[in-house]
Amino acid sequence: MEKAIRRYMPIFVLPTFCAFILGFIVPFIMGIWLSFCEFTTVTDAKFVGISNYVEAFKDTIFRHSFWYTALFAVVSLVVINVIAFALALALTQKMRGTNIFRTIFFMPNLIGGIVLGYIWQLIFNGILAKYSTALGLNEWYGFWGLVILVSWQQIGYMMIIYIAGLQSIPGDVMEAAQIDGASGIQRLFRVTIPMMMPSITICMFLSITNGFKLFDQNLSLTAGEPSKMSEMMALNIFNTFYGRTGWEGVGQAKAVIFFVIVVAIGMIQLRATRSKEVQQ
Amino acid sequence: MKKKNKLSMVGTGVFTILGLVYIAPILIVLMNSFKKKVYINKEPFTLPTEKTWNSIENYLTAIDKYELLSAVGWTVFITVASVLVILICTSMCAWYITRVKSGFTKVLYLLCVFSMVVPFQMVMFTLSLVADRTGLNTPWGIVIIYLGFGAGLAVFMFCGFVKSIPLEIEEAAMIDGCTPLRTFFSVVLPIMKPTYISVGILETMWIWNDFLLPYLVLDLNKYKTISIAIQYMKGSYGRVDMGAIMAALILAVIPVIIFYLSCQKHIIKGVAAGAVKG
Repeated sequence: MEKAIRRYMPIFVLPTFCAFILGFIVPFIMGIWLSFCEFTTVTDAKFVGISNYVEAFKDTIFRHSFWYTALFAVVSLVVINVIAFALALALTQKMRGTNIFRTIFFMPNLIGGIVLGYIWQLIFNGILAKYSTALGLNEWYGFWGLVILVSWQQIGYMMIIYIAGLQSIPGDVMEAAQIDGASGIQRLFRVTIPMMMPSITICMFLSITNGFKLFDQNLSLTAGEPSKMSEMMALNIFNTFYGRTGWEGVGQAKAVIFFVIVVAIGMIQLRATRSKEVQQ
Repeated sequence: MKKKNKLSMVGTGVFTILGLVYIAPILIVLMNSFKKKVYINKEPFTLPTEKTWNSIENYLTAIDKYELLSAVGWTVFITVASVLVILICTSMCAWYITRVKSGFTKVLYLLCVFSMVVPFQMVMFTLSLVADRTGLNTPWGIVIIYLGFGAGLAVFMFCGFVKSIPLEIEEAAMIDGCTPLRTFFSVVLPIMKPTYISVGILETMWIWNDFLLPYLVLDLNKYKTISIAIQYMKGSYGRVDMGAIMAALILAVIPVIIFYLSCQKHIIKGVAAGAVKG
């Protein structure tokens, strides 16, 4: 059978393979190579060693954007997961209308980042105007604005994953705990949460990597105002590439650094929570 | 029992209020889309009055001046075409690399998994160069870019499912004289229907809302997607027309809500399935 399939390789694999080479492999390898070059287009690329990386680390705004992004990722991870978990617990109880509520909480997730940013910009600026200030005047307004926006967007998504996790906990385990006289809180911390570790792993992984990669919402809500202080890493890289000519090499070096950070954080996070998972 | 009932009533009440708060931002934008533009920034939280009412003028401006309908059209085209191509090509590829064991298929699988964790910023500059050079900077060409960049997740999810299909079914079909192509389309494809729906929904959500990839790849003088059009309204004109932006936001949200309400069950299932595999 394998032999027969093998002959059909060009039909089955080639379209995806070619597109994958063109859309991912080539840009990725070129990206690594160009991070060691000075260039404005590829044809005038000149090898310059690690000077782009040195330049990137010297850039104080880039370093600021790293700490700003890291803080944002951690805060949004906690806010999103705590609320999503609580909602999932509440909406799996016997209650009228749980399906409608799930539908409502999930909905913002389908709206694009640019649209979300402008929706919330109107609201935040409307509120801040009452205190005669605006979103673009303080980096921390932008920070908490983004936390609220991203929570609004992603809570529903994480809630759905948590609900799926809760529903897969076998009923007899819960019953056994109840018969043994475990209180509600004990059951939550000793049974539910340990049994939910796979879902928690996934949700934390998704929310921390989403937090680091955030771009559209950042661009549309604050665009880095005031003076690049609310600029997150992805937006900083974008502005380095397209904001001024001659800095493309540094932009690419920043992109490589960014890639390494995202992968490292994802791995650390997976390892940390995977080790707490229990066998079912 | 009575006490429990009361508790559930309270719960429903609390969640009704929470739900209303949750959709309030969209309602506020809807309300403002009918106001004259000068009043939107001044009093965004009041209902339109006779003085501020602008009927559907904002919508007409958004459509006429900012060509929003053509943006909606291109977004629909790009999303539908890309998702269809991704579904067909990657499912075939995933079936092949699960059924044929070789060094090549193993490496391809690992590369697909790897590509899922690479942030777009890593390849954005070089990808837009590649697209320009190869002439893929049109709504037709971008389909190939999406196939390439979106292949990782799709191949990964399809592979996970193909592994659970018993080999005997396919063997029986092949012994009966089916070619691999026929086996795939009349035996494997129907079994994988739920996975097609899950992958289709995840990719639709991604491509419909994507901003940066089409922004960098497409020839923006000719083609814009909704997200790009809205970003342009804010960015490149001297005076920002808040009224038109509100109308554009609503026009961007409406298709999403229709799509969501019409296949809500599949979407929620798809998200849950995608997460378990991921």
